[in-house]
Amino acid sequence: MTANDNLSFERTGDGTLLIRLQGAWRMHHGMPSASQMEREFHAGFAPQRVAFESGGLAEWDSSLLSFVWSVSELCIRRGVEADPTGLPPGLKNLLELAEAVKEKKNEGRGTRRPSLVERLGRASIAAADSLGESLRFLGQVAVAFGNLARGKARCRVSDLFETIQECGANGLGIVSLISFLVGVILAFMGAVQLQQFGAQIYVADLVAIGTARDMGAIMTAMIVTGRTGAAFTARIGTMKVTEEIDAMTTMGISPIEFLVLPRIIALTLMMPLLCLYSDFMGIIGGASIGAGMLGLSTAAYLRESIHALHAHDLLGGLFKSLVYGILIAFAGCLCGFECGRSSSAVGEATTRAVVMSIVLIVVSCGIFAVVFNILKI
Amino acid sequence: MAYGEKLLMRDLNFSVKRGAIFVIMGGSGCGKTTLMRHMIGLIEPAAGEVLYDGKSFTKAGPEQREAMLRRFGVLYQAGALWSSMTLSENIGLPLEEFTDLSPAEIREVAALKLALVGLSGFEDFYPSEISGGMQKRAGLARAMALDPEVLFFDEPSAGLDPISSALLDELILDLRDNLGSTVVVVSHELASIFKIGDDSIFLDGESKTMIASGVPKDLLDHCGDPRVHRFLTREAPEIGDHHG
Repeated sequence: MTANDNLSFERTGDGTLLIRLQGAWRMHHGMPSASQMEREFHAGFAPQRVAFESGGLAEWDSSLLSFVWSVSELCIRRGVEADPTGLPPGLKNLLELAEAVKEKKNEGRGTRRPSLVERLGRASIAAADSLGESLRFLGQVAVAFGNLARGKARCRVSDLFETIQECGANGLGIVSLISFLVGVILAFMGAVQLQQFGAQIYVADLVAIGTARDMGAIMTAMIVTGRTGAAFTARIGTMKVTEEIDAMTTMGISPIEFLVLPRIIALTLMMPLLCLYSDFMGIIGGASIGAGMLGLSTAAYLRESIHALHAHDLLGGLFKSLVYGILIAFAGCLCGFECGRSSSAVGEATTRAVVMSIVLIVVSCGIFAVVFNILKI
Repeated sequence: MAYGEKLLMRDLNFSVKRGAIFVIMGGSGCGKTTLMRHMIGLIEPAAGEVLYDGKSFTKAGPEQREAMLRRFGVLYQAGALWSSMTLSENIGLPLEEFTDLSPAEIREVAALKLALVGLSGFEDFYPSEISGGMQKRAGLARAMALDPEVLFFDEPSAGLDPISSALLDELILDLRDNLGSTVVVVSHELASIFKIGDDSIFLDGESKTMIASGVPKDLLDHCGDPRVHRFLTREAPEIGDHHG
């Protein structure tokens, strides 16, 4: 006989492996491992029958049921008869219930790990599908704008104003803070170097041009990506999970016209305004360093900033911000529509939207740099 | 019907008579809601088509499809109310888009629809401010907004108390009798099925096809298929009696 606290085994002369169950079986006491049963099967002669004896059994819970079920499964695999008559009646009934419906074959996900080639292939196909979906979405948005131009789009002006309020006015606080600090950082970095040459007044030029041409647009875009683009995705993704978009579709209302158009228009209008405000706050931030660290008067600093700025610097930055706004709205809405139908999918879609927006912004920034250089703007 | 390469259901050939209450029955997960989603155009069939009055809905162009969609009203399982709009606005949106009613008239019609489902006075409430059962009823009011010819109800009694469920059954019968609506109901509530069903099909997840069709009460009395009989009599399978 082999034994542990609640379990012992005995081999009888008729080829039966008798499993004695005794004492209390509780989950927090742990369970015998499957390998212990496997060892018992291999120790001595191969049993033709497995029986149970539970006269000494006290209270029990799912740990015992789980153990007996695993023994039953092992017997089926080994072609050994499992005799449940020695089990308590309640346990027998539960065991029969668990075995009532055959396990569905081929319904599980399988444990085979795909090869590297297969994974690369699947990833490539997924990427191609994703690109196709993006292009299809772009086409639908273009059609929606066409319908808008013909006065046939179904969207509400109230939604447009609500989105403008949300992404424009409500974002002024964070844009102020970030842009002011970016101005401070730019001025500080410039001041450290320019002071060595007695050219600290050119900090004003550095901050004004840097902010107006690029930093204002980029920082505003990053803020709007995290604040507004993610909100678009979460909102549309949640609507997808709760079937609100399906309800719209089956009513003959285009979700693209109703949900996407107001968002793209709102961001296209608001981004240049936010960018302009960001430029202003950046210059103010720089002025605070000019006054506080470099001993420049605010009037002299601002005069130098205005002198350094040209129209093409400002307009170039505003144009970039307009493009960034369109990209952020597009990415946010696209990822919302591609969202799965679970709450975790909303989180994943939001993350994807933010990453996509950032990549699109940085790539387009690079393109603008090249193009503006060629055009000598 | 299929999800990618995975077959869900095949050989589904049935027709729904105008003015009838048609029930789609079957065990959980067999594809009842998926079938309904095919019928309302949310999913394209892997093969075959859906026809309304002999005209293909599946192959219809965008304008034809939109016109056909306006003949439908759909109640989703969880209501699917637009969370940013009040109940009145939820019902008012299709009226605003597809009718020439004035805002005041729209509000009046919305109030009427809400009153029909027992939600009078809740016009300015948002979906998050009412219970799940009330959301379901508001969803029903929205489904009826344009007095559609065909109503689709996805498990309408789910989440409702027995009295509300009984009232809903009465409402469905009223819609058929007084408005001549055709109603397609996905359900496994036996009491409702027997009370309101004029015709039905039974979907079986194991064989992946429909295994019975007819009036639910007739199926109960005469259908020889044990799977259908067990479903309609709420009889649990014998221990050891394997499915399929």
